[in-house]
Amino acid sequence: MSAHEGVREPEKASPQIGGGRSVGTPRWVTVVTSWEMVLGMILVAIFILNTSISPYFLNANNMLDATTSFLETAIIALPMMLVIICADIDISVASIISLSSVFMGMAAQVWHLNIFWLPVIGLFVGLIAGLLNGILITRLNIPSIAVTIGTMSLFRGISYVILGDQAYTKYPAAFEFFGQGYIGSTHIPFELVLFIVLAVLFGFLLHRTPFGRKVYTVGNNPVAARFSGVRVQNIRLAAFALNGLMSGVAAVLLTSRIMSTRPNIADGWELQIITAVVMGGVSILGGKGNIFGVILAIFSLGFLRYGMSLVNIPGTVMNIVTGFLLIFAILLPGALASARRVLIVRSAHARSMRQGDDEAEQAG
Amino acid sequence: MSLVVFGIVLCAVIAIRAPRFLDPSNLQYILNDTSILIMVALGQFLVILIGGIDLSVASGIALAGMITALVNHAAPGIPMVGIVALALAVGLVLGAFNGLLVSVAGIPPIITTLGTLSIYRGTVFLFSGGAWVSADEMTKSYRDLPHHMVLGFTTLMIAALITFVLIAVFLRFTRTGRELYGVGGNLTAAKYVGIKLRKVNFLPFLISGLIVGLAGLLWVSRYASAQNDTASGFELQTIAACVIGGVSISGGTGSAIGVVLGAVLLGIINNALTLTDISPFWQMAIQGFVILIAIVTNTLMDRRNQRTLLARRTLV
Amino acid sequence: MDNAILELHDIRKYFPGIKALDGVNLSVRAGEVHALIGENGAGKSTLVKVLTGIYSADSGQIMLNGADVSFRSPLESQAAGIAAIHQEATMFGELTVTENIFMGHHLRRGPFVDWRRMKSATAELLARLELDIDPDAVVRSLSIAQRHLVEIVKALSFDARIVIMDEPTSALSLREVEELYAIIRRLKQEGKAVIFISHKFDEIFEIADCFTVLRDGKYIGEGRIEDASTDSIIGMMVGRTLDHMYPDYTRTQGAPILTATGLSRAGVFKDVSFDLHEGEILGFFGLVGAGRSEIMRAMFGIDRLDAGTIAVRGKPVQIGEPSDAMKMGIAFVPEDRQQQGVILKMKIRENETVPLLKLLRKGLFLDRKREAEIADRYATMLEVRATSWEQPVESLSGGNQQKVVLAKWLATEPEMLILDEPTKGIDVATKAAVHDFVGRMAAQGKGIILVSSELPEVLGMSDNIIVLHEGEVTGRFTRAQASPENVMRAALGALPAEGESA
Repeated sequence: MSAHEGVREPEKASPQIGGGRSVGTPRWVTVVTSWEMVLGMILVAIFILNTSISPYFLNANNMLDATTSFLETAIIALPMMLVIICADIDISVASIISLSSVFMGMAAQVWHLNIFWLPVIGLFVGLIAGLLNGILITRLNIPSIAVTIGTMSLFRGISYVILGDQAYTKYPAAFEFFGQGYIGSTHIPFELVLFIVLAVLFGFLLHRTPFGRKVYTVGNNPVAARFSGVRVQNIRLAAFALNGLMSGVAAVLLTSRIMSTRPNIADGWELQIITAVVMGGVSILGGKGNIFGVILAIFSLGFLRYGMSLVNIPGTVMNIVTGFLLIFAILLPGALASARRVLIVRSAHARSMRQGDDEAEQAG
Repeated sequence: MSLVVFGIVLCAVIAIRAPRFLDPSNLQYILNDTSILIMVALGQFLVILIGGIDLSVASGIALAGMITALVNHAAPGIPMVGIVALALAVGLVLGAFNGLLVSVAGIPPIITTLGTLSIYRGTVFLFSGGAWVSADEMTKSYRDLPHHMVLGFTTLMIAALITFVLIAVFLRFTRTGRELYGVGGNLTAAKYVGIKLRKVNFLPFLISGLIVGLAGLLWVSRYASAQNDTASGFELQTIAACVIGGVSISGGTGSAIGVVLGAVLLGIINNALTLTDISPFWQMAIQGFVILIAIVTNTLMDRRNQRTLLARRTLV
Repeated sequence: MDNAILELHDIRKYFPGIKALDGVNLSVRAGEVHALIGENGAGKSTLVKVLTGIYSADSGQIMLNGADVSFRSPLESQAAGIAAIHQEATMFGELTVTENIFMGHHLRRGPFVDWRRMKSATAELLARLELDIDPDAVVRSLSIAQRHLVEIVKALSFDARIVIMDEPTSALSLREVEELYAIIRRLKQEGKAVIFISHKFDEIFEIADCFTVLRDGKYIGEGRIEDASTDSIIGMMVGRTLDHMYPDYTRTQGAPILTATGLSRAGVFKDVSFDLHEGEILGFFGLVGAGRSEIMRAMFGIDRLDAGTIAVRGKPVQIGEPSDAMKMGIAFVPEDRQQQGVILKMKIRENETVPLLKLLRKGLFLDRKREAEIADRYATMLEVRATSWEQPVESLSGGNQQKVVLAKWLATEPEMLILDEPTKGIDVATKAAVHDFVGRMAAQGKGIILVSSELPEVLGMSDNIIVLHEGEVTGRFTRAQASPENVMRAALGALPAEGESA
């Protein structure tokens, strides 16, 4: 609902300068004004900020530990990236964590299952929840915002029904490895390793597989995608299923980290996840974005929160910053695009002398 | 309307399980309890009507409520009229902020309000320093505000009634109100006939903000407590009330009375839970379930209508 | 040009590589119905868009009541008294008839909307045209015909002096068409001018007083209907020599690769049957509403079929999804290039390889090397003009975009190619290139279905021609049998003249 759209049809002119000439954007302009570059600078700025706040920040072990505070949301940001590139949205992820955690708690405390089953159940519940979202959205063709508003309440509601105001705390001691364990004798948290593995997987999935390419086509133009043989609804369904599955993974990690389950676990996390993805350069309208931006944004936001916690800024106040960042993340690309246009015009003027005009010849 | 039928059936079922349900005092209690939901849901309706969504209403309620409570505590001499004006002013600012980001900056409403949801909620903390404002820190007139009786109705109910009347009149009898339907129904056609998009995109947020401001004051004074997590999750109830009331999530349809009925239905369900001794923990799950049912039904009915709309005539 | 209320002189409108309007004159008088005639792509729609302020002409003069005007927006055109009734009504489906008419300028009493006055004004307008439509009816519940009528009423509410109707009868029953005629006659009586765009000669001869013919964006001629005949008008529409724009590859037709029998879809097309052979170019000709694209979409699995069978090389097949059709070796170049054919914001290379994604696999990953190779090979083969294949497709001209679409499908190495208006909106040079390409494909033994509304193209390219009119086959011609006149006749639904086959 852009207020800036006019009534006149866009006349079919080429958007590049010179009307029809196929001039590419000069490379240096693309790199300097790229979103990833901006994010990289933000990350550096945050590191500098944090260091000035606390001398303990640059300690390697502290930083490694710090990551565990945001890795669970980071893991969900990976499939959320796919969902948003598909031009959908999923605000039920935090509720899926809650549901998944509650079932794990039941497995541990009520059914007394072997520890092996806990993560399996956690993942399974997440997957089923994601599939439910996906089926309602793709088979019944209901807007994803509508469905996930409903399932957001439903899933967490079921947690409340099961657990009320109690908590599950009787997790087997070995369970704490997922959220609190380190690799071997190093100080590298298991969560971080898991995240890196998943980030690599999702990175390849999005940028190096047919599936990932299809995700972009679905987000950009689902009609043309369909006309070219892409099974659009299946792609979207898969994205929501992955969201659910990774929410299950996050649930395992979080539950293991705090070794307890309450229905209000992960409350409000959907905001942070979506903020990270959108800040990472993924357009909320779909079709655009890459994993590097998302990872940079995750770490920027994560360390920012960590830094703020060092100064004892309470969570809700941190959310103010997150909220503003989300809004700026949307405003900034518009500003960057204008900057880019200015720079293109300047360099195109230089090139226009040298280049011939294909279109003029053709139009003859 | 199938909604009314469903409501009546539901009431009958509840009455069988818990005859206390039909007590006039209980019915009045339901209405009173639902008044704030009715008000804020009507504001939400305006935003959904143009194809947007306002996730920041709950945080706005908390913020407006906290500010009025703090002011009341710090300056007990200020008459309630002043406090009400303050509440409205705060709401105006909150709503305008949302509105400007959407109408001028062109940020999709879901992102804008996802952001302001956090910003406003966090600002509550900034103002309160983490402390609550409790009943004994509020003046009596503050705490009494929602409970004054006028012609047998509480101020709460009257506020809801006035909001309903104003919004219903706005939507039915003003040009801008009708233009909300136009923009939400068919944006291209709306642009063609020259509807000023900026105004139409801004106003619903502004009005919603005003309502949220007032609702914040009423909420906090009613529960005699201004907390940091006041009204947490309430935005979902307002959306549920709209969806149940027949508002399409993609905009362009719906009526004020439908939203009121949707809110009342939610209120009835909540009330029934208490009366029938079902634990309150079922509330969220039932709400989510009802939202899903309502959305699925709305979509399926829309689909059937869509098909008639698009069907070509048979060859003669 | 006495008492002409609207005059256009030498209107020109160019797009990159295309001369949409290349010197158009038009002279419309009050109280008359003026038919605007021409094939698809002749420039009629563009002209309407210039008149209604959606486009502005690059040069030329528009005079309204003797005064020079220019419109920068639809609102200005409306304010000047020009109303257009579109083929696809832009209406508010959930709102009432009254409100659809008054949206944007609701009548008021003080600050409040005056429903009573609007309703009575609407009722009055409806009565003026003797229409039996309830002002309070929700538009969604009206039939397409009624919605058209409401649009006309909307035009009148603006006190329009010129009413433009673009193919107003394409979805109307015979009885509704009669109602429309009655309304048009009433409009005439009130002194309004009606510009009537249609392909249907029976309608034109029934209702129009005069006409103007366009071809290739140029003004060809005008006249009074009473002095004209179907033949003379057809002559003006098609009159061009078939230049040697069309390839002349020797090819022999082989075995049938596709047989369609009794294809039907309720309300869209009925009982369509045909064979496609190896090495054959099968042309499908028809005018707006003939149903050709719909048939092709159904064959490719985009839309469903209500009845009929498709057999590939003798074996009946079920095509439920485009991927099914692709497996059968069918490729489909759709009509709407920008919405259906390309993904504008993605790169040329990426666009070219969408159908191939499943096959371009190396293990679990996309074989980027092969992808680049294939993209390069086919883009070069089709001579796509771009500085690199990494460019977004939206930066290309229409002709080049179409080449990308062709490259995309060619890369799937299909046995059959369905081309739906492949040269629509493309510059002349690329057109020739596309025709050449199609000829080469046929010479290689592929079966080609060429859907086109351009008569010379169909006549010049096809080995056989099937003509459709309102969803039914009204003509089958071999290359030898086809002539501009008999093909056009069949397309207009007119009966074949003596001695011609049908």
